[in-house]
Amino acid sequence: MNEIWAGLLAAFHLIVTLDGDLVEITLRSLQVSLSALAIASVLALPFGTWLAIRRFRFRRATIATLNALMGLPPVVVGLIVYLLLSRSGPFGVLGLLFTPTAMIIAQVIIITPLIASITHQAMRELWAEYHDLLISLNTNNRQRVLTLIWDGRRALLTGALAGFGRAIGEVGAIMIVGGNIDNATRVLTTAIALETGKGDFALALGLGFVLIALALLVNFAIHALSRTERHGTW
Amino acid sequence: MVELIPIATLKDVNVKRRSKTILGTINHDLKSAGFTIVLGPNGAGKTTLLNVLHGVERLSNGSVNWASRDHAAREEQAFVFQRPIMLRRTVRQNLAYPLQLLGRDKRHIAASVVDWAQRAGLTSVLDHPAPRLSGGEKQKLALARALIRQPKVLFLDEPCANLDGRSTREIETVLREVSAAGTSVIMTTHNLGQARRLASDVVFLLNGQIHETNLAQDIFNAPKSPEAKAFFKGDIVE
Repeated sequence: MNEIWAGLLAAFHLIVTLDGDLVEITLRSLQVSLSALAIASVLALPFGTWLAIRRFRFRRATIATLNALMGLPPVVVGLIVYLLLSRSGPFGVLGLLFTPTAMIIAQVIIITPLIASITHQAMRELWAEYHDLLISLNTNNRQRVLTLIWDGRRALLTGALAGFGRAIGEVGAIMIVGGNIDNATRVLTTAIALETGKGDFALALGLGFVLIALALLVNFAIHALSRTERHGTW
Repeated sequence: MVELIPIATLKDVNVKRRSKTILGTINHDLKSAGFTIVLGPNGAGKTTLLNVLHGVERLSNGSVNWASRDHAAREEQAFVFQRPIMLRRTVRQNLAYPLQLLGRDKRHIAASVVDWAQRAGLTSVLDHPAPRLSGGEKQKLALARALIRQPKVLFLDEPCANLDGRSTREIETVLREVSAAGTSVIMTTHNLGQARRLASDVVFLLNGQIHETNLAQDIFNAPKSPEAKAFFKGDIVE
């Protein structure tokens, strides 16, 4: 119990004094996770929607694979990305290992199936509702995908937020591909892991509270910007 | 002499679902005298026929050749469903949507939206969310959204089912106007009174077959088949 109080006090102190390291780590966490979210959304939202409206031979297998990929173990993703980006790997020449870019790549791989799967679920229902109208209006696939994404944007927000939650709280993959290097690739989760290892539970808890507050803040901000509650269900 | 406008030629058209024949086999040259009403008992295949004519129903066999060029036919048609489908947008955005798909410029879209909202009596709810409209308003919006593209052929599947008298009258008024303006209207209904009020010609369907077609006054006054006679008398026909 004392450690939780000490953690709260540490968090309070870090925030009030605008601790330089904390600000840097927090901004890097946001940079990596929001970049990964943006890239994953660009890939997953149209793909999940396309999957909802198209009928093709291996559709069921594709959906099953996508759902299975939601549970990708981050450590395994980290390991694979590490092997691909390491000097002896196929993309070693790019020199991306132990950079924020490598961390973004790993997070994109982890959260894209999650966002695509949630998108598919939401869009499947909307497509059932809109199907006859969009067919009747002679729309092409591109117009259908864009219409569904626009009209289902509030449902898709849930998918994006789930993706962000997974990205910001992820530690295994980014530890492997980022290396938790001070002033370079250290983010909130890897810093928490480090402080816990060092036995500085108060600081680790402090960073943990900051992480939770950050996740809540981003969620509230996105909800407020998209005015989800004010517009109700439509 | 009433002029009959060719709509489509149905050749060996057959629609089956789970090996049950819903429609057909139909060989028919469909012509309209302006306002065609498709009548028939429940399960006769009225909605399926409309879907086939609009090209949204997969045929088990046969083909439909539209009077206009095939690739343009769907562009020149519009469909109003029995249960209106509302985009999760405002009334204004719902009305604008078909024109946006066609790539019309913003000024033209804005003017058309205001014009059709006025004609459909939706001006006061232009910026309301469409899914929250009343049943009558939704159907009027669906009708205005279908007509905003100025289709040559308008299909309506029981557009006034479940509507009150006032909404039905308003929709019928708009339909008479567009029919008079040259749009061929093809509509299914259960309501014989409505059919008598609106029809210029009638297609009577029974058991998935086009049983009888004729000009409205002829078929209502002197139906040829005993089944049509019984149906128009109000008897149960199977």
